Amino acid sequence: MAYKNYILVCAGTACESSKGIALYNELEKELKAQGVEHEAQLVKTGCFGFCEQGPIVKILPDESFYVKVGPQHAKEIVAEHIDKGRQVEALLYEKKQKGLSASGIGFYQKQQRIVLRNCGVINPEFIDEYIARDGYAALEKVLFEMTPDDVIEELNKAGLRGRGGAGFPTGLKWKFTKNVASEQKYIVCNADEGDPGAYMDRSTAEGDPHSILEAMAIAGRTVGANQGYIYIRAEYPLAIKRLNNAIDQAREYGLLGNNILGSDFNFDIELRFGAGAFVCGEETALLASIEGKRGMPIPRPPFPAVKGLWGKPTVINNVETWANIPMIILKGSTWFSSIGTATSKGTKVFALTGKINNSGLIEVPMGTTLREIIYDIGGGIANGKKFKAAQTGGPSGGVITEAFLDVPIDYESLQSIGSMMGSGGMIVMDEDDCMIDVTKFYLEFTVDESCGKCAPCRIGGRTNYNILDKISKGKGTLEDLETLKVVGHAMRKASLCGLGQTAPNPIMSTMKYFENEYLAHINDKKCPAGKCKDLLSYTIVAEKCVGCTACARVCPVGCISGEVKAVHMIDQDQCIKCGQCLTKCKFDAILKG
Amino acid sequence: MAKMTLEELRSLRDTKKKEMTQRDSGGKSAQIIIGMGTCGIAAGAKEAFDAFLDELNSHDVKDTRITQTGCMGLCFSEPTVEVAVPGMPRVIYGNVDGKVARRIVKEHIIGKALVSDHIFDKPAADIIK
Ligand SMILES: Cc1cc2nc3c(=O)[nH]c(=O)nc-3n(C[C@H](O)[C@H](O)[C@H](O)COP(=O)(O)O)c2cc1C
Ligand code: SF4
Ligand code: SF4
Ligand code: FES
Repeated sequence: MAYKNYILVCAGTACESSKGIALYNELEKELKAQGVEHEAQLVKTGCFGFCEQGPIVKILPDESFYVKVGPQHAKEIVAEHIDKGRQVEALLYEKKQKGLSASGIGFYQKQQRIVLRNCGVINPEFIDEYIARDGYAALEKVLFEMTPDDVIEELNKAGLRGRGGAGFPTGLKWKFTKNVASEQKYIVCNADEGDPGAYMDRSTAEGDPHSILEAMAIAGRTVGANQGYIYIRAEYPLAIKRLNNAIDQAREYGLLGNNILGSDFNFDIELRFGAGAFVCGEETALLASIEGKRGMPIPRPPFPAVKGLWGKPTVINNVETWANIPMIILKGSTWFSSIGTATSKGTKVFALTGKINNSGLIEVPMGTTLREIIYDIGGGIANGKKFKAAQTGGPSGGVITEAFLDVPIDYESLQSIGSMMGSGGMIVMDEDDCMIDVTKFYLEFTVDESCGKCAPCRIGGRTNYNILDKISKGKGTLEDLETLKVVGHAMRKASLCGLGQTAPNPIMSTMKYFENEYLAHINDKKCPAGKCKDLLSYTIVAEKCVGCTACARVCPVGCISGEVKAVHMIDQDQCIKCGQCLTKCKFDAILKG
Repeated sequence: MAKMTLEELRSLRDTKKKEMTQRDSGGKSAQIIIGMGTCGIAAGAKEAFDAFLDELNSHDVKDTRITQTGCMGLCFSEPTVEVAVPGMPRVIYGNVDGKVARRIVKEHIIGKALVSDHIFDKPAADIIK
């Protein structure tokens, strides 16, 4: 039956935690109460990528895009929009866009959704809705119209490369596994996603779980495997629920299990949970963890494609890589390879965060520039501040500076400027961010997450962290800069796995592009961004102070003294550098420096 | 549902696809905009809406989306409906009841010919201002 309106309510993690569920229930109640439940279908969908403004409600067919909707708005939405057909202006994302549709919003204009094609469109808990959007049609094609070699050929021609970080050609990986003779092979989905700030994979698993299942089955058929595992963090409960639900439904429909769609192909999938260690995202550590061993990397080769889970040939791919595959099979390699740059095809999903107006989940064609991402999609730097750098590739990546805003982003270009694609975290920084501070944050993360198996990573990481800490306290020397480099090079060369090999990247990159900032900390004992507390002091300019006492009253440790109408003074030994006095002084009498 | 055969999966997909086309906003070039102000609703805009939906579905028209708007300011000829089909002039129809709605779908949307006896010319911009 067709409805007049469709109310899509976001049920992604971010929106759910901000009362999305209560809102859904309230809408349901209001539709009934106002007697219009047959005029609108209420649909729970996956993340719209606009979490910052959540909970999100989108109403079709006119594509009204409501943001920050709470349960208290349900009544008005139903009464106005559903019953009378008038937009609730106060809730529209851009009031001036009245009458304009969601696709007209800048945030979505430069995006192209292949991986996120169903997120925010279908209800991820109903397999029928996935099927309606050509779901499992690619599996049909692979089962009945294509040979395994055709599939591999198609992936190769499409130019799909792994989205988990390294960018290895997916077709080639499958081919290795296919060519090994073995009774038993495995398919594994890497949904560990441990980069700070990244949530692309989680959102895809939540918003479109069947796309992952379908793709894994396609791989199973292609390489000759009949068991798949999805390795996911136990701390992603909603994604786990949706995946389990999807697996149950697919089994019921006979899209997983024995003799799929009447063919001779058997394939099933189970979930395996990780405890949230970053190193368990590394493929050999991940496989060890599935086997019930401690999640520590082992040297490669042999690669998992040849000798993986329980010593059997194993295809392991990232969630986003998987989500691309059904589309490539259905629409063809020519279509896919027409998107992107010479070496990097298709799109990339980024989790855009930091000092940006529209943070959220975005999907853009490879080759989009950072400028387009930050200014056209992200709406520019928040609070009118100045752009300083963007960090991509998480703890393994580096910074992209203003000079490279117009570089088309792909695997190679990012590498050539000292960063990397990584899994897709993108953190935007402004003039108030200190590069030493940021670098220290990443180092702290990698030191924390190092499994400790090999010395270069275990000892080198700690050494470099300590040096950064010293520099941030104004105690660094010029020799320290040399040591950072020497230790970094040793880690790159001698660490066992990618964690240790890439951990120096944030240091190398910031030292290259922000050398002056390092020198300011070392030579002048100053933090130009005013972030490193030990290098910061607040002082009162006697000529300007009128003795209004405002600062003394707000200081949490009471270290500002002075009589009314007399010049005040800050006791530097007690000051905790919270900066509260600065915000209170109306006479510009307090100096930060 | 029990395990499916290939045919069953395909037919399920076809049925569900039809149900979901209205939710799909991409790839729709033609637009029917129904004035749903208070007067429009009182004059029967909802019946027109239902008729549009039903007629589009039964003719399997997929490239047209229906949207609602507030009062168009033409209260005396409500319900009013604006139809925009690429390559044809945008027109406003007045007094659109269920029957007229069905004619608009058949003649204008599918047949690419205006339903002349119900055209309510779009007033010039300066009049609206
Ligand atoms: C320390 C470390 C952490 C990693 N974390 C992840 C992760 O969270 N998710 C992921 O898909 N790949 C991660 N990888 C990459 C995997 O080892 C592997 O390359 C990837 O799963 C292969 O899939 P792809 O070819 O589809 O990218 C990590 C690698 C390293 C060295
Ligand atoms: S590089 Fe670090 S995380 Fe990787 S094996 Fe060595 S100690 Fe463990
Ligand atoms: S708030 Fe400013 S003007 Fe007032 S006492 Fe403090 S420093 Fe002086
Ligand atoms: S979780 Fe709702 S928009 Fe992302």
